[in-house]
Amino acid sequence: MTALPLTHFTATSCIGGGLAATLDSLLERRSGLAPCAFETVRLQTHLGEVPGVDEVRVPPGLERFDSRNNRLALLGLSQDGFIEAVAGCAARWGRRRIGLFLGTSTSGILETEIAYRRRGPSGALPPQLDYAATHNPYSLAAFVGRVLGIEGPSAVTCTACSSSAKVFGSAQRMIEAGLIDAAVVGGVDSLCLTTLYGFHSLQLISRQPCRPFDAARDGISIGEAAAFALIERPPGERRAGQILLTGIGESSDAYHMSSPHPEGLGARAAMRQALEAARLAPRDIDYINLHGTGTPSNDSAEGRAVSALFGAGIAASSTKGATGHTLGAAGALEAVFCALALRHGFAPGGVNTTRLDPQVGFDYLRESRRRPLTSVLSNSFGFGGSNCSLVLQRAS
Amino acid sequence: MRPAALTAQVMGIGLTGPGLPDWGRAAPILAGERPYEPAPTVLPVIEALPPAERRRTGATVRLALAVAQQALAAAGIDPATLSTVFASSGADGAICHEICLALAAEDRQLSPTRFHNSVHNAAAGYWSIAMKSMARSNALCAFDGSFAAGLLEAITQVVIDGAPVLLAAYETGYPEPLHAKRPLPDAFGVALLLAPGPAAGAQARITVTLTDAPAEPMPQGPLEALRTGAPAARSLPLLRHLARAHSGGVVIDYLDHQRMHIEVSACR
Repeated sequence: MTALPLTHFTATSCIGGGLAATLDSLLERRSGLAPCAFETVRLQTHLGEVPGVDEVRVPPGLERFDSRNNRLALLGLSQDGFIEAVAGCAARWGRRRIGLFLGTSTSGILETEIAYRRRGPSGALPPQLDYAATHNPYSLAAFVGRVLGIEGPSAVTCTACSSSAKVFGSAQRMIEAGLIDAAVVGGVDSLCLTTLYGFHSLQLISRQPCRPFDAARDGISIGEAAAFALIERPPGERRAGQILLTGIGESSDAYHMSSPHPEGLGARAAMRQALEAARLAPRDIDYINLHGTGTPSNDSAEGRAVSALFGAGIAASSTKGATGHTLGAAGALEAVFCALALRHGFAPGGVNTTRLDPQVGFDYLRESRRRPLTSVLSNSFGFGGSNCSLVLQRAS
Repeated sequence: MRPAALTAQVMGIGLTGPGLPDWGRAAPILAGERPYEPAPTVLPVIEALPPAERRRTGATVRLALAVAQQALAAAGIDPATLSTVFASSGADGAICHEICLALAAEDRQLSPTRFHNSVHNAAAGYWSIAMKSMARSNALCAFDGSFAAGLLEAITQVVIDGAPVLLAAYETGYPEPLHAKRPLPDAFGVALLLAPGPAAGAQARITVTLTDAPAEPMPQGPLEALRTGAPAARSLPLLRHLARAHSGGVVIDYLDHQRMHIEVSACR
């Protein structure tokens, strides 16, 4: 596939708002997980809640889009000069030539959950609830597109926890086809009751901060995040140090709605396709940011797939011990982590994993390792057996 | 860089909606050869799913799989290696309602099956299981423009990858009280099997561009009401051209700021 530079990117999660704080937390292996104190939730669990989301004010004229999810989106967009970078891109290419492809799993469903508690005597929802601008998945792109002032092709991908990895594929294909010259891609997912009580019903939530690839791991911690990247048709010569999107692999498990294929066959197919698209061999990859949710079945299946494809020497870690599982935002968030790793020359060590699962057949990092990286891979797998792997590289 | 023409061959069509049981019976109605008589949408049983999975699926998954199977039926393309794009304004409305009700109750007990069926990509997941397909599958949303967004994603894949893609767009709507906030009419779904061309057995060739022109209405009042009411029915003007085997341009709704122009060349 045609390699495309990530000309700008940013991330906001419980480990930091913006790149500087995020980088510091990754290097220092700081976790943002804390005991659950969200809304009216009474579950024994830890959350990766982003501070300050409810204090964010949506811009005048966009009041109808006010939801926790869109406030988090705005908080994320406001870091690292991202809005200004997109404005520059729009001046370069034209606002109709910039696509917008975002991922989410639940968008602003929290507003509807709360509205159901406030039903009137006739059962009707409160008049303030604006379904189109808050609950509907597309409300995210409708809001972000207005904030950024871009008017190209747009869609929200909702493939559960692979959503905001797969948007890189949609954007890359449309740039390659010449329909657009650049795209804003990203993911925003915010805490809500559906996911907390839903994962609880599946007995997939840990009471402790999640421990990916630990022998005693017992489930996920749920987090929230907003992460964005601007990818552009190369405006000129490739510059050394540029971060490039060079490979995407997408597959389906065809196995079960909420359990991964035990051998990780779908995961393996996605990773293999991403390597083929990037014209790389497994030995060319310096680091893998694992999906690594911390459930017994995900980590076991992913571990088998990684070992089978890359062998014992591959360095890999999950950053979800730090951020929690940010669901529909995880793909974009972890792609930004990979971009930081390439830019600053380090492989982030996983947090909370004290006794490594003896079944792990590769080099699972528990300390951050300072060293130059050239090529990294990021995994995102979701319900419905939806798998996506991305390859990012640092231009030499 | 010279843009590639976003062109694909239409190899198969699926349609299920109110008074439109399948494409074979809907085509003469859309072509204006037979009168449109609205009637409640009938959702078929999905034989392709294993019985355990069949019991678990909601109306939205059944609708999506039904139209996808219609589009695939006559084309002779192996679904196990076929990429898919599932486009809808929302996930299953009845399941969303039940979850919101449960979360508003004191004990907040959710059914695990209901939770995993509540995801927007449930149809994509069940399709991959039914067809034993490990191919790429997308699930996306652009509110009322979800069909056009899905078509753009699908046709771009056809052009870039040079392989067929199955597109399904569908909604079943919400019960009250959410229905008052998102009043969708009866269930409506559409599917197109697209392939790179030229391809033997193609029904038409379509080329997609973006435009500022307004969407074309349907000439019959009840079908126009369906078009503006059901998001996936924003496809009806295109389907009318395909039903009439008519060559020419048609504009359908997409986003607030852009519409989609589709140039149709009938192949028979």
